[in-house]
Parts: sequence; structure tokens; C-alpha cells
Amino acid sequence: MLRDEDRIYTNLYGYEDFRLDAARKRGDWDGTKDILARGRDTIIEQVKESGMRGRGGAGFSTGLKWSFMPKKVDGPVYLVINADEGEPGTCKDREILRHDPHKLIEGCLIAGFAIGATACYIYIRGEFYNEASNVQVAIDEAYAAGLIGKNACGSGYDYDIYLHKGAGAYICGEETALIESIEGKKGQPRNKPPFPANAGLYSRPTTVNNVESIAGVPTILRRGPAWFAGIGRPKNVGTKLFCISGHVNKPCNVEEEMGIPLKELIERHAGGVRGGWDNLLAIIPGGSSVPVMPKSVCDTVLMDFDSLREVGSGLGTAAVIVMDKSTDIVRAIARLSKFYMHESCGQCTPCREGTGWLARVMDRMVRGQARLEEIDMLQDVTKQIEGRTICALGDAAAWPVQGLIRHFRPEMERRIADYRQSIAAE
Amino acid sequence: MPKLTIDGIELEVAPGTSVLQACEQLGIEVPRFCYHEKLSVPANCRMCLVEMEKAPKPIASCAMPCGEGMVIKTDTETVHKARKGVMEFLLINHPLDCPICDQGGECDLQDQAVGYGFDRGRYGEEKRAVKDKNLGPLIKTIMTRCIHCTRCIRFSDEIAGVSVMGATGRGEHMEIGTYVEAAVSSELSGNLVDVCPVGALTSKPYAYTARPWELRKTESVDVLDAVGSNIRIDTRGGEVLRILPRLNEAVNEEWISDKTRYAHDGLKRQRLDRPYIRENGKLRAASWEEALALTASKLKGAAPEKIAAIAGDLADAESLLALKDLLGGMGVASLESRQDGSAIDAADRAGYIFNSTIAGIEQADQILLIGTNPRWEGSLVNARIRKRYLQGGLTVTVLGPRVDLTFPIEHLGNDATLLNAIADGSHPYAETLKAAKKPLLILGSGALARPDGAAVWAAARAVAEACGLVREDWNGFNVLHRAASRVGALDLGFLPAKGGRDLAGILDGARKGEVEVVYLLGADEIDAQNFGRAFVIYQGHHGDRGAHRADVILPGAAYTEKNATYVNTEGRAQHTRQATFPVGEAREDWKIVRALSGALGKPLPYDTLQQLRKRLADANPVFAQIDRATPAAWGAFGTAGAVAAAPFTLPVENFYMTDAISRASATMAECTEAFVSPAVAERTGTHG
Amino acid sequence: MSASETPAGPATFEFTADNLALAQRIIAKYPEGRQASAVMPLLDLAQRQHDNWLPRAAMDYVAGMLGMAPIRVYEVASFYTMYNLKPVGKHFVQVCTTTPCWLRGSDEVLAACKRKLGIGPGETTADGQFTVVEVECAGACVNAPVIALNDIYYEDLDGPSTEALLDTLIRGETPKPGPQNGRINSAPIGGPTTLIEMAQRNGVKPASQE
Repeated sequence: MLRDEDRIYTNLYGYEDFRLDAARKRGDWDGTKDILARGRDTIIEQVKESGMRGRGGAGFSTGLKWSFMPKKVDGPVYLVINADEGEPGTCKDREILRHDPHKLIEGCLIAGFAIGATACYIYIRGEFYNEASNVQVAIDEAYAAGLIGKNACGSGYDYDIYLHKGAGAYICGEETALIESIEGKKGQPRNKPPFPANAGLYSRPTTVNNVESIAGVPTILRRGPAWFAGIGRPKNVGTKLFCISGHVNKPCNVEEEMGIPLKELIERHAGGVRGGWDNLLAIIPGGSSVPVMPKSVCDTVLMDFDSLREVGSGLGTAAVIVMDKSTDIVRAIARLSKFYMHESCGQCTPCREGTGWLARVMDRMVRGQARLEEIDMLQDVTKQIEGRTICALGDAAAWPVQGLIRHFRPEMERRIADYRQSIAAE
Repeated sequence: MPKLTIDGIELEVAPGTSVLQACEQLGIEVPRFCYHEKLSVPANCRMCLVEMEKAPKPIASCAMPCGEGMVIKTDTETVHKARKGVMEFLLINHPLDCPICDQGGECDLQDQAVGYGFDRGRYGEEKRAVKDKNLGPLIKTIMTRCIHCTRCIRFSDEIAGVSVMGATGRGEHMEIGTYVEAAVSSELSGNLVDVCPVGALTSKPYAYTARPWELRKTESVDVLDAVGSNIRIDTRGGEVLRILPRLNEAVNEEWISDKTRYAHDGLKRQRLDRPYIRENGKLRAASWEEALALTASKLKGAAPEKIAAIAGDLADAESLLALKDLLGGMGVASLESRQDGSAIDAADRAGYIFNSTIAGIEQADQILLIGTNPRWEGSLVNARIRKRYLQGGLTVTVLGPRVDLTFPIEHLGNDATLLNAIADGSHPYAETLKAAKKPLLILGSGALARPDGAAVWAAARAVAEACGLVREDWNGFNVLHRAASRVGALDLGFLPAKGGRDLAGILDGARKGEVEVVYLLGADEIDAQNFGRAFVIYQGHHGDRGAHRADVILPGAAYTEKNATYVNTEGRAQHTRQATFPVGEAREDWKIVRALSGALGKPLPYDTLQQLRKRLADANPVFAQIDRATPAAWGAFGTAGAVAAAPFTLPVENFYMTDAISRASATMAECTEAFVSPAVAERTGTHG
Repeated sequence: MSASETPAGPATFEFTADNLALAQRIIAKYPEGRQASAVMPLLDLAQRQHDNWLPRAAMDYVAGMLGMAPIRVYEVASFYTMYNLKPVGKHFVQVCTTTPCWLRGSDEVLAACKRKLGIGPGETTADGQFTVVEVECAGACVNAPVIALNDIYYEDLDGPSTEALLDTLIRGETPKPGPQNGRINSAPIGGPTTLIEMAQRNGVKPASQE
């Protein structure tokens, strides 16, 4: 278990005030000028060394991503913070935004400096009204204290940070959809190439990072990359915010070390599965977009990128959705299908048409009102969506259904048989 | 120049070429719905997926630029599976109403379903239904058929320059339309029907008219403005059922204006289908012999100086030359082809054509529009300016009335004397023109029809010369004509000969009785009251203004009914082709003149079209250069003089009705009602 | 979605003086020539000024202010779910029913709304006081189930606490936001298992470790 002194998000639960004075007492904005004085290249190198992998779900090396930014540019360069948290099961960035916004603001300054940004936009989902209010207060405080703006922290570096609020669209969590949204358009993902590092916001070089990736950077740079890299397992290092929801006794957010066994995570921090571990049916370990795992896998799996990929699922946003044996697993997944249908932006054919198809068939599967061969058809339809679209929402819609079929096919078949029988009985 | 391998074939392509375009270069067909050469690339239909080595999933070939060493495969199981998958998704919510769909037989979805569709559907859920939209008199919508390719949105935004189409809502509820009911107010709106790959947007006037395989297709050119848009005329049983654009990158690319496309129903109304003779003030049907005999006797009975001829805007080069040969041979000097009273003459060809060429607009970085609304006087010229504008680095400056041209303009004002000021360098805009790399001016035909037209013409020449518009490798002096006949008539010198009268002189002479016989070759833009007591011969195809005043009517052929030559505003000679026969007893125009020459006992020396075309080429070599715009040598033109301070006025008040054909068109009347009348009412305060 | 499916609304709309000033400040956040970026915040501002829904006149007004084609604004307004294109009740009850909330009883929450208000998702009470809608993941999953009441989250609900919440509103009072089961934010109920010193420093008893 992670020691308390190794936790980054010390105000995770909001026991203390979020404002600048309290944040400073917790160690934020300490020696920021010195960190900047290390220079762009050193900062990028140290973030690379720390082994930080993007906390938004894809798990790409944060330092490496920064290194893709062009080194010599005339004109604006942007850092964009993805605070459009909306992956079902996920509510970790919310805690940073509302309880520890100065970690994010400081991280924005350092990251922006490292990539040569001229300004930063923080894109917060519109529903996070209070969270956005707190971030705005933190930004205003940082400006007033000379931490950002002209000559930020006395470093000679001029840097503006702005808040931009979304208005209800999960897809804006996709980085290019988010950029489109800031530009005042519908959140429809862009084709790549060009990648944002070459042509992002306003067609300028842009890096988009998750809140948790950036908010952790100041602490990493203060304590040194080796500290962060020393936590967890090789290639899966550092601390991580986990969101444990669903059928546990004490749902909660918690910061733990990467690679903690799933069972330990739940039992130690979330009060265990409702009715005990043996009452566990299945877990979605990384937000709704990753495939569900049956209990047998949950017994031993470790919570990190590579371990979860090995068992056919993923760490995603580390949002652990627990389902006990009372769960109607087909309905649980069918509800996710409805979610993706609702959130598809509509531009790519397979996703626009396919998510609705999945949702409708899944809706029938809940009642068993289907033919047996439609299970295979459902699988086939998910395969026709997966990998065929501009962004990953199509994949995200496909995987939960694939996971259901892989692990709970007998349950689906049983319902179909039951429904047949009930019809025959009438 | 990246080198890549596609299906085992190595090729080198220009930088920026997409994988899809590279495939096309190899003749490999890649299915697509959203991709369109002339529009931006959204890559949303996902039909053009191909496999790329090292890519974890198939890529959209339309949006992927070719890169060095790429290995592309277009014919693998993965690719076929992907395309079949997309096809299935497109079809699940697409109604299977092909039997009653106007797109049937020329539908991209239908065609590609043959290659990538299944023979039965697996989708058992309820299909989506979408409310139809009202986009005005030209475009019919059946939105349930829409496959959301967004071509129509991109066409509206990018080509037409009217941002009215959009996709509202999201996911499977996304709908294409205008959100608030609004007709698509663009002179190019009909192209939406062409870009729609399915039957969601179809032609309203053409609804349920014919199947494509029933149609005879004739390649021709349009004559309803002076652009000379290339068209295809689709006919069945002697009736023109529709007109579509034909690709010509130099002229209209693949677009046509709504008038070009939809005015053809005017070909069926108010036609002159037999000769007529006026007796006791009323027209009566007559035979050709009678009519020609009467015409011949009137021509014979008048002294040559008492005879005049005026050619209209739709006159073809063959009949112009034949009439000039005939009357000129009789000593008639009063020939006129400028029925708008334009001061332009044939002194120097570079002075009356669009020297830069339409495609050349794409090189310009500074454009000066003088007294013209190209949107209504040459829609595809305006579309080309907009295309150039979208490429960036173009400034358009307007001297004349301010109108919405679909791109931003700098307005110099509407004081015609500014032309002199620019020419003598006293106006700062002269410096702007001089500083431009490829400056270009477009002189509207209306500006030349002013009383001081000759001075305006000379002043524009002075601007061109003083500000560096005319150089060895560039001629930025352009006249934008409206009449399809105009350049051809000038090329043939269908103008007053020595001692002859011009338009004003003819009308003046007719009023005074000095002109006794007036031959109107399709001239319909002149107020009939002006002909006094003169005997009026009208040769043409519509019972329009000219025919109403006529004493004898010789029924001619419309542009769809004859093989004829027209020279567009660029000086490009092009051929129309006969798609249907002239109506009733009407005849091709040059043949009427030839027959008249027989009746006069002075037969013209050509009996066939070939012989006449030979004579045309002898008269002016440009007629031997079909489809080509030949550069003209710069010379002197215009008459130096004071340009009046009077503001320029625009010659076209209603884009949809500018000639005998479009005035007879019910569709054009509907467009007038929908698009022009409301605007006029608003301007004049007579709304409601 | 088309305008014909929504009420006409007022013929004209304009920002109040205060909102106009605020709009100018919002526009200034974006680079020169990129004022279209302000469309979302401005639509939000217009909606707040206009009883929490966006009539067409407001969309046209924002389009004019930002130099955008109106259709581009309609696209945005109809794409993002937080823009209400028709009137909603004074209390806009947004019940999250996505899987994490459903697992913890969002059905009960909806049922409580139905019992208390007599309306189901998508409906508005006759007096115009309440509108209930189902929304997708609110992003507060460890505090499921969740209602967003206008801007404010109410968390850790069940049937009875939902009814109590609605009762408070009916009485014209303002309920206490956040978890309705006594826990502090997203910490485990009964006290944290981590950040022990931090908790104790702030007078919070950590979870008893057995």
C-alpha cells in the first residue's frame, strides 16, 4: 500500500480549503521558479524519466508526448487541459478540480513552459459547475500572485491560462473533438494526420493532456523522477487515482500505487464487495470503455496498464465499476450501449449507425427477446464498428458488448431460452 | 515526391496527393460517398478504407496523404470486410424505396451496394424516419434517405458561399438541413442535387419525370449567360427533361447555375412553331413560302440604307455570319449586335474578351470589379473568384454598387470617375494594383452600356495599362459579358459598317421613318414601341418581345435544337449540339437565312454546316480553335474622354429571367417569387 | 432536430447590460479573429438569462455578436445536451442513470421523482416548477446515484433521500448540496483509509482499521 507521504493529492477529499494559501501549505507552488529554471529540455527529460503515462485512458508517455512539440515556432503554441471527465465510472479529475486546483494550475505552467506554449485552455465539462468555479478562483489567485501571466513566477516567461466550459458531450473528451469544441464548433473528432502537435487548436501546435497527468507533474519534479518511477511495477509506475463505484460497501476515490491488486484495492479502501468477495460477479476495471472481467480474473489481476491489457481489458481511467451477483449484467452493459448511442457524435457511419443498432439489440437481449444467432450477429456488428472510425468512441462502444459476450454468453442464451418458454406458455 | 506501393505497384506522386487519389492514378477504384474532388475532406463515410502496412487498423484513403515508403493494400479481406460493414450500416436506416426514388439508376449507394452489399438485411429493428425539409422551389428533400455524407453542407459553405446547410443534433439523430426552414438562396443551389450521392436531395422540377436509362444524353454548352458552361442535355422523345453540368475545368469545372440547369422548361412554352404574318394588325399562321416571299419582297423593296438588322443575345455565330453575308451583300450597313446599346466594338479583340481566362482567376491576387455583379452576370465566374478567395491571399475590390458576392470585398465607392483617378495615379488604389503580383480587373457589360460607355472602356484600358495589368505573361483586363452571342458577333463584325447606324441610330431612324425594314435575329431586349412604322422581321424561337412587334415571324431553333457555335466571354468558341429537333415547322437559324437568300435570288455560297463552318473560320480564325481560348494581342480601344460622375447601375435585376427562354420558364418564375421578389420588396419597402 | 419541433420563443433577444459586459470579457479570452470560440459560453450565458432555455432569437443574437452563420450556432446548440431548446421547469432535475448510478439505484431515484412530482423523464410539472430528465454519466460515480439540480450535484441518493430533497424544494428551501448520506465528498463513508494525518488534522476520524 502506498504510504501517505507518497500521495500527491493530499486534499483529495476536500478536508482543507482549495485556495492558494491552503494549497501553499500543502506544498504547491514551492520553488516553481527553480523548476522552470531547469529549462524546457530538462523538464521534458525528467517527466520522461518519471515514467508518467497519460492518465486520461490511453496511457501514452507524457514526457514523450511533450517531446513531439516543434522546438522552434513563431506564433502561438497551446497547452490544452482535458478536464472533460465523463467516462462512466470516472470521477477523479473532479476531485483535483474542486479540491486541489492549484496543483493543476502549477502543472499547467510547468507543462506549458516545457512545450513552449504561449497560452493554456482548461476545458472543463459544463456539468462541473462548482469545479469550474473553484478552478477559476485558483486561476485568478495565481494571476494576482504573479504565478502565471506576465513573467510567471518571476521566470521571465509570459503565460496565460483560460477556462473553457463544455456543455454536455462525452465525445469532447477525445482530444481533437475537444479542440473543435474550443474553436466554437460541434465536438467532432478530426482526422489524423495532422496531429495536434503539428496543427491543433486554431491550427497551431498543441498538446492536450489529462488533468491528472498534469496535476502530478509539479510533485514529480519536486521529489524527482526517480521517486515516481520507484512506485509500482516497471513501465507501470507512480501513483494513481482510482475511482471505486458500484456494488462495494464504501464507494470512494483513492490514490494508490500503480499495480495494486484489484482485490486489495477494493477490500482495503472500498470496504469490500457488497456481501463479500465471493458475491462478486464482474468488474469493469477502467471506465465503461474497457471490457468487463469476470470474478475469476478479478481475483488476481493487478491494476495497471499492462496487467489489465494482458487479461483482455484495460486500465483506462482506472474507474473500477464493481458488480455483485445481484446484477443484471446484460442490462448493465445494455445501459452502456445506450450511453454510447447517446454520445456518438454522428459523423462516422459505423459509429452513428452501429451504436444505435447495438443499443437496440442489447435492449432486446436484456429481456431475452432475441434469437440465439443474434448473439453472433451482435459480436459481428461490434467488429464492424471497431477500428473503422475516426476516433475511439466506436471501439469504446464495441468492447463492453464484446466483453459481455466473451464472459457471459451462457447468461444471454439462458434469457433467450426463458423468453421463448414464457411465450410458449402463453 | 513520395514513392509508395499500392497493391504491389510502385508509384511516385506529387506531394499532398491522398492515398485515394494515388489509387485513382493507378486505375484502382476506391468506393466513396463523402469524398468529392472539389470539396474539403471529412473522411466520415468510412467507405474508402484501405489497409496500410504498420497501421493497426484500416485507414481512410481519402484523408491520408501519401508518404514515402507507404505500402497500401486495397484488395484484402480486411478491406472488403470493412467496406461491406460500412455498406451494411449505411443501409440499415436507408429506406429501400429505390423503385420510387428519383436517384434510382444513378445512385452511388445503389451502385456500390451491388459490390459491397449483402443480399439480405440483418437489421431487425425499427428504421429511422426523418422529416423532410423545405429547401425552396428547386430542391426536393427525402431526408430519410440521407446518409450524412455532408457533401451538401460543404458545397454550400465552400463553393456556393452561403452557410445555410448544417447538421444539427448528434449521433443517429443528426439531421442535415437548415434547422429553421429556409430556401437555399444561391444561384448555384441546383448543384446540391448533383453532389448528393443518394436520393435525399433531388431535383424538384424533375421529380418523377424519367429514369436515367430512358434518356438520350447530348453534350452541349449553355447560352443563358456568356460563360459558356458545359452541359449535358438529357432528352426523351424530343423533350428536354433536364440539364446537367459537364466537367470542364477551364470553364465551369463541374458546376452550373440554377438558370442554366432549370430554365429549360421555358423551351416548351411560348414557342414559335410556324411562320406568321401580320395582317390587319393580327398575326396569322403562314407557310414558309409565304413568309419568306413576304420577307424577301420587303427587303427588296427597301433601299439598303433603309434596312437594319439587330442580333439578339442568343444568336449563334452561324446565323450571324449568314445574315451578315446576306444583308452585307445587299449593301446593308446598319448591322447591330449590341442590343443593350453597349459602346464596345471590335477594334481590338483583347479589349472585349476576358483575357485572363476564367481559370486564370485562380492566379490573381487583386481583383477590381467595375460596375458588375458577377454572381448574377456570370455565376461561375463568381464561383471561381470565391474559389480563389478560399485559397487565401486575394483581395477583391469593388467599384460600383455593393452587393453580396459570397466573399468579403473592399468597396471603393460607386463614383465612375474614380476610374480616371486610378488611371492617373491620383487614387491610392492605383498603388494597390501596381503592387499586386497578378492584378486583374473585370469590367461589367453594364458599365459599357452607359452613355459614356466608350469613355469608361478607355478609362478601364488606361487603368490596365497604368497599373501593370497587362504584361508579357499576364493580361488582367477582362470584360464580363452576359450575352452568349456577344463575343461571336464582335469576332464576326456584326456591327455597323461604314455609314451604317448603331442601335440608337436604328431606333431613331425607325421612329423617323428613315429605317423601313428591321430584321431582328432573336433580339428580344428592345422595347417594341421603338420601331415606329418599320416593317419588323423577327427570326427566333420564342413569342417574346421581338415577336410581339413582328410583321413576319420566321420560327428558329433554340440552343438545344441546333448545332451551333458560340464564343464565350473568354473568347472560347464552343459548339452546342442538337439534342432535340426544332418545334413544329421551326428550322435551324442559319438554314432560314440560307432559304431567305434563295427567295431573294441571291443564294449564299454554303449548303451545309461544314461549308458554313469553313466560312466562319475564314472570317475569323478563332472559329477554327474550338474549345480553346486564344490569347489576343493588346491594342487600342475605347474613346478617351470624361467619364460621367453617374454611379454604375447593375444590368441584371432578376437573375432568373434574363432572356426569352428563362422568361418563359415556370421554374424561373417560382425562383423569382422565392428569391428575388422578397428582396425587392424589402429594398423598396413594399413588403406585404 | 429542427426548429419546427421547438417553441417559437420571443421575437428578439439581447443581453442585459451586465451580461453584455461579461460576454465581452469572455470573447476577450480568445485570440483575435477566433471569437467563434466564445459561442458555447455565450449560449450558456443567454440560456441563464432566459429561464434556462435557448430560444431561436438568442441563438441568432449570439451568431450576430460573433459574426457566425446562424446555422453554425444551431449546430452547436443542438449538439451539446446542456442547451435546452425548449422551456424547462424552474427546478431542472437531471437524474444520472448511466451504469454506475444505475447499479446503485438510479431506478429508485426516478421512481421517487415520479411519486413525488407525478412526472417521468422528459416531463414537466403542470405548474412549471419541475422538469425531470435522464442524463448520461455526471462524473460523480463514487457518489452514485446522482442528481444534478440545475447547477448543483446531490449525491449518494436513494428513494427516501430523493423524496426529502424534492420536499425541500417544494417548500421553497435550498437543500444542502453534495452527499445526502452524511459522508464527506468522495471519501469512503465512515472515514478515510488514507491521508490519515490530513484527516485527523482537520478533525475527521479515519476509518477503523480491523
